[in-house]
Amino acid sequence: MTVAIETYGLTKHYGKTVAVEDLNLVVEHGEIFGLLGPNGSGKTTTILMLLGLTDPTAGSARVLGFDPTRSPLQVKRRVGYLPDSVGFYDELTAWENLRYTARLNGLEPREARERIDEVLHRMGLADVADQKVGTFSRGMRQRLGLAEVLLKRPQVAILDEPTLGLDPEAAHEFLDLIRGLRAEGMAVLLASHLLHQVQVVCDRVGLFHKGRMVLVGRVDELSERVLGGAYRIRVESRGVDLRSALLDLPEVVRVYPDGEGTFTVEARTDLRPEIARRVVARGELLGLGLERPGLDEVYARYFQEVGRGEGT
Amino acid sequence: MSTIVEERPREPVAVRREGSPWTGLWAVFQKELADHLTSVRMQILEGLMLLTAVGTVFAATQSIRQEIGEDPFVFLKLFTTAREPLPSFVGFLSFLVPLVAIALGFDAINGEHARRTLSRVLAQPIYRDALLLGKFLAGLATIGIVLLGLWLVTTGMGLFILGVPPGGEEVARGLLFLLATLAYAGVWLALSMLFSTIFRQPATSALTAIALWLLFAVFWDILAALVAQAIVAQQVGNPLTELVQARIQLSLSRVSPNTLYGEVVLALLNPQVRALGPVLLTQLEGAVLGTPLPLSQSLLLVWPQIVALTAGTILLFCAAYVTFQRQEVRA
Repeated sequence: MTVAIETYGLTKHYGKTVAVEDLNLVVEHGEIFGLLGPNGSGKTTTILMLLGLTDPTAGSARVLGFDPTRSPLQVKRRVGYLPDSVGFYDELTAWENLRYTARLNGLEPREARERIDEVLHRMGLADVADQKVGTFSRGMRQRLGLAEVLLKRPQVAILDEPTLGLDPEAAHEFLDLIRGLRAEGMAVLLASHLLHQVQVVCDRVGLFHKGRMVLVGRVDELSERVLGGAYRIRVESRGVDLRSALLDLPEVVRVYPDGEGTFTVEARTDLRPEIARRVVARGELLGLGLERPGLDEVYARYFQEVGRGEGT
Repeated sequence: MSTIVEERPREPVAVRREGSPWTGLWAVFQKELADHLTSVRMQILEGLMLLTAVGTVFAATQSIRQEIGEDPFVFLKLFTTAREPLPSFVGFLSFLVPLVAIALGFDAINGEHARRTLSRVLAQPIYRDALLLGKFLAGLATIGIVLLGLWLVTTGMGLFILGVPPGGEEVARGLLFLLATLAYAGVWLALSMLFSTIFRQPATSALTAIALWLLFAVFWDILAALVAQAIVAQQVGNPLTELVQARIQLSLSRVSPNTLYGEVVLALLNPQVRALGPVLLTQLEGAVLGTPLPLSQSLLLVWPQIVALTAGTILLFCAAYVTFQRQEVRA
């Protein structure tokens, strides 16, 4: 795999406010990288710097080997960008909107026609190609946005909050479309604050907090690192004090009660058989299940701990 | 222009951006021109201008009819003759052209912000230069098309009603008059585009531009007179103070593009006009009053005004350009 996006100490200050601080990022071709974090944590600013739409205060970036500050046109010719809550010209049809984009990209009219028909078809918008965008729903606009990204046949796609405002079904469909891009070898940079929604498509994620990327890695690696255990087992039992029952197992990281007779066990390995044996030996086992921790939890726990560390 | 096109160096080593700033200019121009020509806003204004043009020129033909044959420049009179209660064609134009220009430019940039299309368009391989210049040129072209149409319609009406074909010099003066009007429109278009980059709300930029238009169209002459009186007190029996006062008032009123345009039109469409501003009797010695000036002399007379209008357009556009370049893309 080759590198699509690289940044070295990328920093952006707006006056005294720090938007992005010392960002070092590598995204490879054929991978979906999630830029995750709450609103205002520096995701969009990072994207704008990668596209050369705003100049970094310090540091530099390379997108497909080009410096976005020096050669923004080269970068923008090869990178598709779907902005946060994308807007179109409401008084023009979907087709006309894309034709404008095609012209801005300098495509030949015939080539443009073919590509527009192709991407509209692919995004399931062929039937509404001649409708004014003003009549489109949020989901349709979002798909039109992705169609526009595909129109220039990019090597890198940068998507800012692609699932925001979509209903769960539409969001799911949209994420499927994004997965399709990876299959074509495109590098996808996906920024979102909906951690649980996008974690399923991301190969790797970077968690942002106040302009800094504090955690990078695969989702399961991160939960292993932050939550200690990659396995969380919910145990429902009667008449058993699980804490004392599992005390001697070295793989257990934490055990905490989670309601009446219910415990959550965090462990480094899948301890379900062992737990079942011990509970049955001491009392009644009502239920046992494995939970995969989400990124939301990783994020919350990490900053809980960071906060505690800062407090003491 | 090239000094502005370059980015300000942020580091000791100047970072020059690569690629032509004109990339995509044609695409923006085409799209904006199509938008302007099909927009309801523009169609209403075109209708209004057509009505006033036909009305004023028709009224003018009624007065001119009696004096055909006496005036060698009867066609130019079509545009300048006013008949109560209607003002002349040029009077209407100097009033309406700024409005049209403001209508075309007031939401150029903040409208893109409001529709959330700006970041999407700027993510295409173009520089901001192309977007702003494309919009400006498309606005200017729209006004040019409308003006040319109006001029042809009125000239056609004149032909029809007066039954006299226009002479070569009349056509030349008419075309120069159109160019001057375009420069005048350029000032207002650039101004309204400047406001559209400064203000986030299209309504704010429209109102500010209209307020300025009202100031120049209605109040500026009054203000100029008041200020001139305040600067130089008129002494009874001293004609020199009167002259100085008149000169100050004239210079002040020439700050207004409306005054400049009025003077250009006056000299271009009335070949008899030989001076703009106060003239001393001694300067008129040997002059054959009432004889028309040749076109080249009329043009010489208003050359400073034409240059001033063009320079104003360029300056205002540059201000809009600098503001836009320094603006953050995100809302």
